[in-house]
Order: sequence, then C-alpha cells, then structure tokens
Amino acid sequence: MTLSFPILRRKIHGKRLVYLDNAATTQRPKEVIDALSDFYASHNANINRGVYALSVEATERWDAARERVARFIHALPDEIIFTKGTTEAINIVAHSFESGIRPGDEVIVTVAEHHANFVPWQALCKRKKARLVVLALDKKTGFSLLALRKALSPKTRIVAFSMVSNVLGCATPSKEACALIRKHDDTISILIDGAQAVSHMPVDVARLGCDFFAFSAHKMLGPFGVGVLYCKRTALLSLEPLILGGDMIESVSVNETVFSKGTRKFEGGTQNVAGVIGFDAAIGILEKEGMAHLHKELNDIGTYAWDLLSKVSGVTLHSPRRGNNGIISFSVAGIHPHDIASLLDSEGIAIRAGHHCAQPLMGALGISTCCRASFYMYNTKKDAAALQRAVKKAKKVFHGS
Amino acid sequence: MDPDLPAESMYREHILDHYEHPRNYRRLKKPDAASLGTNPLCGDEVKIELQVKGGKIVDVAFQGGGCAISKASASLITEGIKGRSLAEVKMMTKDDVLELLAIPISPVRLKCALLSLQVLENAITKYEAKHGRAHHH
Repeated sequence: MTLSFPILRRKIHGKRLVYLDNAATTQRPKEVIDALSDFYASHNANINRGVYALSVEATERWDAARERVARFIHALPDEIIFTKGTTEAINIVAHSFESGIRPGDEVIVTVAEHHANFVPWQALCKRKKARLVVLALDKKTGFSLLALRKALSPKTRIVAFSMVSNVLGCATPSKEACALIRKHDDTISILIDGAQAVSHMPVDVARLGCDFFAFSAHKMLGPFGVGVLYCKRTALLSLEPLILGGDMIESVSVNETVFSKGTRKFEGGTQNVAGVIGFDAAIGILEKEGMAHLHKELNDIGTYAWDLLSKVSGVTLHSPRRGNNGIISFSVAGIHPHDIASLLDSEGIAIRAGHHCAQPLMGALGISTCCRASFYMYNTKKDAAALQRAVKKAKKVFHGS
Repeated sequence: MDPDLPAESMYREHILDHYEHPRNYRRLKKPDAASLGTNPLCGDEVKIELQVKGGKIVDVAFQGGGCAISKASASLITEGIKGRSLAEVKMMTKDDVLELLAIPISPVRLKCALLSLQVLENAITKYEAKHGRAHHH
C-alpha cells in the first residue's frame, strides 16, 4: 500500500529522518492530516445540539467515527467513550471505584505498567486504604499467569494490566488472564491498557472478556488528544463521570442535575471533534493495511533489528527477540541512554531514552533508564541497519572503538 | 545553542574525559552539608557534599550523575569551586556553568547540565541554615 507520511521527507541535521519513537507517538499519514484540514475547512461546527446543516454534518461524522472505532475492536458503539487519551480513560475507571472500594480490598497491577496504569491505582489504594498488589514479571515469559493466579484472593476487586508492554514490547496472554480472573470470581473488574496493543495487533474486546479497555489515537496514526475507553455494557452502570458540566446532562435545575444515560455522561464539555474524525480516517488506513498483516510485519522487523543490535558488543537487549512487536529496549555498556539518544539524533535517528514512564519496571530490570527504538508501518530494514550503524558510531565517540 | 546543530558537538574530548575520569567523585568522611537532586528527565541523581572552613569550601565531593553531560558538569563544577568562598560560589550562574562546559548544549539537555548547580545551591542553603551565614568575604 502506498501511503504518504509528509514528515518522513524531512531532513534532520542534513540526514534522512529515521523515526523510531513510534511507541511514544506515530507519525500521521497525509490522509489523516487531510481529514483534519477538511473538517475545519468544510464541516466545522459543534456537535450534538445544533439544528443547522453544518452541525448536523459534524454530528454525523462524529457518530460515524464512534461506529468505526467500535467495529475496529469488536465492540458496540454505545460501549465507546471518547476521552483525551488512555490516561484519562484509566482515570475515569479508577475514579469510579472511589465509592465501591473498601479498606482491605485489593487491586492487582503488574510491575511493567506504564505510569498511566499504575499511578491512578496506587493513589486510589492509598486514599481508600486498599492494598495494591504488584505482580512481578517472569524472566522468560514476562507476564506470568501463575503469579496472577497466586495473587488473586477473595479481596481482589480490580485487575489492571497492559496488553503489550510499552518498554519490552511483549504481549500479555490477555484472554487467558481474563478467563483465569473470571473463573476465580466473576465480579472482579478487569481493565486492559491497550495503548500499545490496538496499534500493533488485531483486538477483539468481546473475546478478551475484559470490562474496560483503554487506548489512544496518536499511537495509531491518529491525532493527538483523542483516546477511547471501551466499557462493556454491563459494566457501564458501575462507572461514574469524572468530568462534570455541559453536554453530559439530561437536565439541570438549581437543586439537582440528572446525568445523560449511556456513554454521553462521560463526554462532558466540548469534545475534540476534528480529532475524532481524523482518528476515523486513521482507522480506515489500518483496516486497509490489515492488523494481522501489520502485526506480523512489526514482529519481523523487531526480530531483525534485535538481531542487528545483538551483534554489537556491549549492547544488552531488554526486549525479547521474538514477539517484541517492534519495540526494542536496550542499553549500551558505559554510555548513558541520553548520550546514545543525542548521538543518534546527530544521525537523524529519533529514539527514546529515559524511564519510558515505567519506573517500577526499570527498578525490576535493575536499571534506571534505557534506550528504546520502536518501529511502525513505514519503517524498513534500512532503518534498522541505520540504527545499528549509529549505535556503533556512538560507541566510537565514547570508547574510540 | 542552535537546535539544528548536531548533538555530536557536545561530546568533545574534555567532556568525555570528565565523564570517564570524574574529579571529586567520592564521599567525604564528615561533610558539613550535603544535598541530593534528581533529574526529572531520566531519574538520575546527583549528590554533592561540602566541607566548609571559615566561609570557604575546603573540600567537595559528588556521587551519582548519569549521562556524560551531567557527570562532566558535576566534575567541572566541583573542580571549579574548591578553595573558593561560599559568598563567591553563591554568585555562580547558569552561564558560568555553560562556560565551564564550553560546549553547545541542546535545550533538552540543559537540565542535565544544570542539575549539579541546583544541588550545590541547595547544599549551601542547608549549610547556612545550620551554621548561619558566613561573613568572611
């Protein structure tokens, strides 16, 4: 498929841009940029209430986007809540347990969570005197079903885990984990952080069996500022709105407010209409590409890049060789990740260095920071080779060899 | 620094020398003041210890510091302040540190370059809170 990503024509320090920070945010194809620009140029109006033509057009496009998102993850349109990102989506769910969780209750997360799926639960547990149970990773398999089974107790109320680690790239056996939890106690709420999953593989929330599933548009070719909270119909009643105000009410009087029914209740305030419509276009592209196909491509290039880096002496790879979804974390002996990232930048290569918003995982790996190169649909083997060359060159700057 | 300048120019020989052989990279036996700071960009820590006599920094040591820029900066700063008066060292600015480093620093790496200065300022504030302000100029 021939897609054009205008930014990839850019030169950085006179070199071809090799963008390898896709786990942070992907680049946008011309189709998505055009969809945003077309909305503002030809259909811009606020949604839901206007009775004039433009508002009707905008509302139709908004509703169509919700339907497309639902279809893409095998949900129903009235199970889709638009948010500003994964973080807000998870916060809505954590906030909803404010009244439902009691002292001594337990919330299970893993040590590999992004801070977005860690901090809200840690804070909730602190406020409610509940216990945060943090699952360790298995050295070989990453997420451990055995550790999960051992951690489940009669006090477990919530289990929250990511479907794909934003640092290691490996996938959680999510369907098996959900089944295990359901078998233990089917009143436990399950939230899956899907921010790195929806962009990398086919996702079917109905088959997974979770209650909540959160992800962001900007990690899958879409605009910034748009996220999704999937909420299973039966779990919708347990949710409470985080943002109160306009557009989420049925009626307001001086003494009382009746909230809207369904997902509208969680979409308070003016929404990112253009962003959602741009997201619709992004999903259209991913559908054409085919997620199963993309999943295979990303894993292939991930293994290829892993092999190239493993040949460089002094490089330690933290991601698994296979099944890393094109997300490769690594360290170089004697050189701080920031210095590697700065030197790679001089070669036009953009990678991430730092703790990747996963400090508990860094602690578990026994490091404070690392480098992460993450590939997406427009990256080629040539990019992986450029990465290897630049790492070798950085070593030369520091160690002279 | 011109953001278009490649970062390679940051890694001059004297920076790498201070990174690989940091001066004053040790612990003091009985520091009169110490302070610890964290770079929020990466979580790396720098700890600076001071020994003060008659309003003068008679010894200084540091630990931690992750990247080449932050470690070289700590090394150069500690080297530069030894033997100088607290009053003098308190006047040290961001520009003084950049002058010591003598390399172009990209805006995102400024935090790495300036962490040690901040930690040093905190250590002096702590010292003065405990011992009162020195009047030896």
